[in-house]
Amino acid sequence: MTDLTAKDSDAPRRPTRVQRRYAANRRFKYLGLGAVLLALGFLALLLASITWSGYQAFTQTHVTLTVTIEPEQVNADDPFRGNYRAIIRQAVQAVFPEVTNRRQLRNLVKIVSSGAQYIVRDKVVANPNLIGTTFSISVPASDPVDQFRKGNISRDIPEARRRISDQEIAWYDRWVELGAIQSPFNWALIFASDSRYPELAGLWGAINGSFYALLVCILISFPVGIATAVYLEEFAPKNRWTNLIEVNINNLAAVPSIVFGLLGLAVFLGWFGMPRSVPLVGGLTLALMTLPTIVIVARVAITAVPPSIREAAFGIGASRHQVVMHHVLPLSLPGILTGTIIAMAQALGETAPLLLIGMNAFIAGDTGGVMDPSTALPTQIFIWADSPERGFVARTSAAIMVLLAFLVTMNGIAIYLRQKFERKW
Amino acid sequence: MNFKVSLKIASLAAASLFLAAPADARDRIQIVGSSTVFPYTQAVAEEFANSTGNPAPVVESTGTGGGMRIFCTGVGEAHPDLTGASRAMKQSEWELCQANGVTDVSEALIGYDGLSIAISSEAEGDWDLSETQLYLGLAAQVPLNGELVDNPNQRWSDIDPSLPDVAIQVFGPPPTSGTRDAFVELAMEDGCEVLDFFERRKDTLSSDDYKSLVKQNCRRMRQDGLFIEAGENDNLIVQRLQADASALGIFGYSFLYENEDVLKAVRVNGIAPNFETIADGSYDIARPLFFYVKNAHRGVIQGLDDFLIEYVSENAFGPDGYLPERGLVVLSDEGREDVRSSIENGSSMTRYIN
Repeated sequence: MTDLTAKDSDAPRRPTRVQRRYAANRRFKYLGLGAVLLALGFLALLLASITWSGYQAFTQTHVTLTVTIEPEQVNADDPFRGNYRAIIRQAVQAVFPEVTNRRQLRNLVKIVSSGAQYIVRDKVVANPNLIGTTFSISVPASDPVDQFRKGNISRDIPEARRRISDQEIAWYDRWVELGAIQSPFNWALIFASDSRYPELAGLWGAINGSFYALLVCILISFPVGIATAVYLEEFAPKNRWTNLIEVNINNLAAVPSIVFGLLGLAVFLGWFGMPRSVPLVGGLTLALMTLPTIVIVARVAITAVPPSIREAAFGIGASRHQVVMHHVLPLSLPGILTGTIIAMAQALGETAPLLLIGMNAFIAGDTGGVMDPSTALPTQIFIWADSPERGFVARTSAAIMVLLAFLVTMNGIAIYLRQKFERKW
Repeated sequence: MNFKVSLKIASLAAASLFLAAPADARDRIQIVGSSTVFPYTQAVAEEFANSTGNPAPVVESTGTGGGMRIFCTGVGEAHPDLTGASRAMKQSEWELCQANGVTDVSEALIGYDGLSIAISSEAEGDWDLSETQLYLGLAAQVPLNGELVDNPNQRWSDIDPSLPDVAIQVFGPPPTSGTRDAFVELAMEDGCEVLDFFERRKDTLSSDDYKSLVKQNCRRMRQDGLFIEAGENDNLIVQRLQADASALGIFGYSFLYENEDVLKAVRVNGIAPNFETIADGSYDIARPLFFYVKNAHRGVIQGLDDFLIEYVSENAFGPDGYLPERGLVVLSDEGREDVRSSIENGSSMTRYIN
């Protein structure tokens, strides 16, 4: 009887215990889902804020000018040294013949970017037949006009507190009426070199610098990294020394990147006397930083090749060298490549070591090659973020978007390679 | 076998890369130095590269002190030709230069930079602070009843009832910045030394003791969160001020000039910063800007002479030039003429030779 009553009193509890387990299950599931959503939310917030502050930089206000290249102003023998400043002034003045006062004229010309004269010059230098002709050319407007058109400077605030005066707004309105103002896609953002003037500034020098630095980085860290991994996995005896090396490599992978920058500064610039700001030094420093990562990734990929493959090769009489070159490396290469690309993406975004070796330089012209001083994408963002001109606020975010696009592409390639070549045993 | 081929290609590429690297003389001018002078040097470098067709100079912003250290490491291609400075070269830096063989250096004063204290244009009323009020609002310790105590002032009205009844909150540059050095020297110290507490000690203490007293107490900013170090990024300070109408910010005048639609200046001793008041010295917290050049590099580094002439041309640092457009406060006509002739003649700096 007592047993039965005991069972009876237990009976109603059973479903609650099951229910509790289910509830715990659900809670756990929702907690995980919540964590994912939170992470996605932060990512969305980051992307939205960068896009919101940067999208304006992808268009640039342009003014269409009708310029006449008088042979008196530009000598056909030396088109580079022509008086292009005057040519631009005359082109602007032709639209507003009523402006004669010198001071006013100077303000009038300021609607057009000060780089316009060089754009016209480069066009004439490339094609000297233009001398003596009249043609129309679209040149960037100066930054205050660009900011005004994009709505960042309001008409409503008092004139004294604007970078653009009432008179300049009236001129601008006239240009708009004449249909001479457009907002085309800002190709200069990618294909122009850096400039002090936001309307002319672009990322080409930085993209070049990053490219060469990464080239040096991969040419050093990839072979050295693989060789280290192969030796440690296939040849080295397991003893205290190799253990020590292993621990050290794992530790090196966790060393903050600025430390590698200091090392680069002391070793490459200090002892070897290499020049400042060159991608060669940047690449070497980044190689120091990515080496441990690549070694670790390559070792994992090599360990993942099943021993049966090695044993089969040994079984038919292959030497250790043949086993490694013919079987182990080709089979582990997809994994190594994936890891290397991710390590390169990390190196691409690295700023701190480059600051120390001087790759945060301003260079207004074209750069190229591993020994030509240049800047890199992340350091370019650093420089722009610190510039007082309004136009650089949006450009900083736009540069971040370009850097992110490179990173996403590199990671995409890594994922593709993994999907395509990965083997499961 | 594909793998072997790719290995060969890679090693070939590596070899060609290093063989292709030119080993000839440097053809780019190299410039380091102050982040305040940086925008002006950038503008000159760009104009120089565009108008002459020479390779663009490499301009790096390292801070005044960092720039001096790099500049003074030696003469020759591996070392920079020019450094910008937001203060004159110190004797210790001069000695470092001498020790490393950098003996022939020309100094050029290019103009002035005003430090501005600004507030959001949304803020009520006009702000006017004296240097002493700035000191009392921002120092770590202030004199109270004859002794130094941790700064008790929480609101501006605590310092002087005529000031707005607004909590003290000031964004400023970190200690590594030249702007911070200038602010401490030009505003804090001046404001501090006129206080009775320090005036009295000036007479009674030996000059060394007095100096260390000033150093200890006039230069230290408060650490209780009311003075906020906002990093080297002045744009960030501008954004913070827009977000909070009661906060003040300290930065170079060019940032105020570029953002006059969203910020307004706090007057210092009744004077608002603008080109005139900074140039004639009536605005108190302004500092001179310099560049230093190694004369040994002139005629050796391609284009350096032209670059220097461009820097001190009327077209650049004159009143209608492109540097004042960026916010530089220009020198007087005679001042510019002096600088130009000393740069053209390559006159050596002699301040520390006696």
